[in-house]
Amino acid sequence: MQERSQGDDAEHRTGSPDSDGSNGPGDDSVNPLIEDLLAGKHRALARVITKIENRQPGYRELVSQLHQHTGDASVVGVTGSPGSGKSTLVDKMAATYRERGETVGVIAIDPSSPFTGGAVLGDRIRMGSNVGDMDVFFRSMSARGSLGGLSTATTDAVKALDAFGKDRIIIETVGAGQNEIDIVKTADTVTVLVPPGSGDDVQMLKAGILEIGDVFVVNKADLDGANRTVQELREMLDYRDGGLPRTVGHHGADAAGDVHGEDDGTETAGWEPTIVETVADRGEGVEELLDVLADHRAYLDRSGEREKQRRARYAEEIRTLVREDVNELLAAEIEHRGGIDSFVKQVRERETDPYAVADDVVGPIEECLSERRE
Amino acid sequence: MSVNQEQRTIRCLVAKVGLDGHDRGAHVISRAFRDAGFEVIYSGLHRAPEEIVQAAVQEDVDILGISILSGAHDTLIPEIIDGLTEYDAFDDTLVIVGGIIPDEDEEELKELGVAEVFGPGASMAEMIEFVRENAPERE
Repeated sequence: MQERSQGDDAEHRTGSPDSDGSNGPGDDSVNPLIEDLLAGKHRALARVITKIENRQPGYRELVSQLHQHTGDASVVGVTGSPGSGKSTLVDKMAATYRERGETVGVIAIDPSSPFTGGAVLGDRIRMGSNVGDMDVFFRSMSARGSLGGLSTATTDAVKALDAFGKDRIIIETVGAGQNEIDIVKTADTVTVLVPPGSGDDVQMLKAGILEIGDVFVVNKADLDGANRTVQELREMLDYRDGGLPRTVGHHGADAAGDVHGEDDGTETAGWEPTIVETVADRGEGVEELLDVLADHRAYLDRSGEREKQRRARYAEEIRTLVREDVNELLAAEIEHRGGIDSFVKQVRERETDPYAVADDVVGPIEECLSERRE
Repeated sequence: MSVNQEQRTIRCLVAKVGLDGHDRGAHVISRAFRDAGFEVIYSGLHRAPEEIVQAAVQEDVDILGISILSGAHDTLIPEIIDGLTEYDAFDDTLVIVGGIIPDEDEEELKELGVAEVFGPGASMAEMIEFVRENAPERE
């Protein structure tokens, strides 16, 4: 990837969706489905996501044509334990964004059965505030066997929503335990929901999900124990900064202030994770949450973190694709040479050894590449 | 697992529409579809036709199963079908209906484009079989 200037907009969308007809390097015919998607057809967007999910033949071409139209949307991840109120909060967030005149895409992931692959996707039930509003595009996905709280197709589906022109994209993960943290690889801002009574302060010491939050939401803040949870979270966050907890003591009950952690973060200080209290089903605290998310976006731009985040992600994406492609190429080559079993047989009979087999299979590729380089 | 390996899964929307608070059947069917390996989106109760349309379009489901026990099928189902048509989604969505539907209405619904009507006593196996065989072929 080219080095780019730090200017924040340098990487943004290079042209409005229909400003030119050329798409994707080395390919100037735009897939009609992508044309429809860029023209704002909901059905086309839905179908593109389906193809991505199913990894249907040709889906890679679709994603690659989407790429140059992406980069404008902000992506918020919402994660937390089952029943912590993710879906309800996402519904209210979407409605509030809509009130502010922004369009919203939501991807909500639910688990799939390890036995049949089937799934019941129930997050949509909570989307009561956005009924009939097609500018909220809500898509349910099953994890399709992937661990980590997202489905493998999530990142590409986000690209489709971004290219479609959604301003805000919200990803709701599978109800997460302690270690489903894939969301950090896709979202710009990670919001972790912690309902009251999530355990004692030792839970807060644990690694995993509590390490990834940029924003913590204590949802159901009207329940008993909410203040305590806020206090424990704050303590945990103070430790995380490497210092001794500043807030241990008796002033944890200032429930009046919804936004905490305002340590007047200067440019060099990095982002102070913020705690927001919400009562999602009544919509309380949602405005504050969106303001904090906007602060985090501003921080990402100001500090150059966004640039860093993007570079790291593109690098990772390229590596993953290359690795997968090479794997596939080699699997086919092994098949072509009589299959893995025949190699195994030779190895067992001491005719050859695994290292020699690997060299034998990969060697021609190395040769071919070094010839090309010259 | 490879990034290129195709894995098509049948997606269904199980929808309750209108003033009809009985969803035990819809739950049972959602569960059976799940166990058959389908991805099932359940709409929840008391949905308006436009909500069902929005969900079916955005979720790009292969199958829309409408459960209706209130007797209002002859107003609600045409509205849903019109909505699907408006978003170019009717042609490749298989619409099936379950519930209490009189025989003469069943004929009418089928003329509108409902693929099949399942009444009381229909077996799960029969329904799953029907869905597997008739799920729209999409390129």
